[in-house]
Amino acid sequence: MSGGEFEPRIVVFACNWCSYAGIDLAGTSRIKYPHNVRIVKVMCSGRVHPEMVLKALEEGADGVLITGCHPGDCHYISGNYKAMRRYLLLKKLLGELGLSDRVRLEWVSASEGERWARVSSDFVEHIRKLGPLRLKEVMEGE
Amino acid sequence: MSDRVKVALYWCASCGGCEEAVVDLAEELIRLSNSLEIVFWPVAVDFKKSDVEAMPDSSIDISFINGGIRLTEHEEVVKLLRRKSKLVVAFGSCAHGGGVPGLANMYSRDEILRYAYIEAPTVINSEGALPKELSGGVGGELELPKVLKLLKPLDEVVDVDFYIPGCAPTPDVIKKSLETLLSGKLPPKGSVLGASSKSLCDECDLNKTKPEKILLKDIKRVHQVRLDLSKCYLSQGVICLGPVTRGGCGTLCVKGGMPCTGCFGPLDNVSDYGARALSFLASVIDYDDEVQAEKFIEEYIPDPVGWFYRYNLPKSLIKGRYQRQGGGVHG
Repeated sequence: MSGGEFEPRIVVFACNWCSYAGIDLAGTSRIKYPHNVRIVKVMCSGRVHPEMVLKALEEGADGVLITGCHPGDCHYISGNYKAMRRYLLLKKLLGELGLSDRVRLEWVSASEGERWARVSSDFVEHIRKLGPLRLKEVMEGE
Repeated sequence: MSDRVKVALYWCASCGGCEEAVVDLAEELIRLSNSLEIVFWPVAVDFKKSDVEAMPDSSIDISFINGGIRLTEHEEVVKLLRRKSKLVVAFGSCAHGGGVPGLANMYSRDEILRYAYIEAPTVINSEGALPKELSGGVGGELELPKVLKLLKPLDEVVDVDFYIPGCAPTPDVIKKSLETLLSGKLPPKGSVLGASSKSLCDECDLNKTKPEKILLKDIKRVHQVRLDLSKCYLSQGVICLGPVTRGGCGTLCVKGGMPCTGCFGPLDNVSDYGARALSFLASVIDYDDEVQAEKFIEEYIPDPVGWFYRYNLPKSLIKGRYQRQGGGVHG
């Protein structure tokens, strides 16, 4: 696959209370965001287990974007802090595995449709530059 | 010949500790020899691969295979044993999850060979000779097995019926597993034998001293602290992987003053042990501030792969270090 044709496949985990509503707002406000994202709604960013992120990469995602409420705004008080700590450690682990920069955590509130569009476009472009991951193919090939 | 149960034992990429564990059965081994007949065990008994090849298919009752799959030779022999056996049991951490040798998946095949044969400080190899698949030697041409790109757990190469966990499995775990296998009442395929279905904490004497919530501002390593052996190690700031590790070992390490490092592997229905361990460790970090949390990780968790995947990197979702063709690392 040449760089020009490559369309990144991005899995997004979006929390029910802030980020998913923010993405929805982008939609109803007709703010454009890239079609590369596959959005999975979860109740809280603190529910996103590292296993889910690794599974997404293993099954063919080129990048994973976790989104949640801004610090202090979590519907469940501290779920986003849990997400942050897990993410930081996961980022370090992925760096060791040669996969740094494939996963990102961003805070998107329910009123930030614009921010969502910016955050998702940035991430898609970033992954586009990195190129396709094709994890299974690379790891299982000879 | 007899109505004894025919068993084969084989080792792949392993340290020999699993063989030692079998010998550690001691008197039990003598008692067992009344009901077991060993038909293949390269480390102890003089049968050859050709003897196995000559056996009819499914004529071995149980094959116990330890070690990870690192060479084409391993693939060849385990496929042969699978064909000749009614049951195949992955014996020990390496066959189960890749084990410590599986950490070599952090390096490319070229890096491993270069280091082992040329760069290691204990090696003198001025010509830079590396093993070749075909080499002329005394008595004709010699064919060496090929090193695989990644070490694989046994079940990635052949169908595995049961798993016996541990690095190495304790005599008690082996005994219990054999009792199950010989009882004729087999658990569902894919079960882990001889161990618990609950986490290590459940059987740990120190569990009653474990606080409701563990929050740490720093992590101590065992050599930096005088451990109180009567108090949960986690409460003393030493990371023990008991909460995410399968129990059944009798907390031998903990009793010996060392925290659990996870050799019994994950509990049922966990697809990635390291991710569980990571999640658990992230939950004890007592910082809500991103900068401070990052500093904590930087300072106390320098090698997450070595810590969380010590016994099962090849079985993990990522399997090893991501490397594009040609050995180049891509981030």
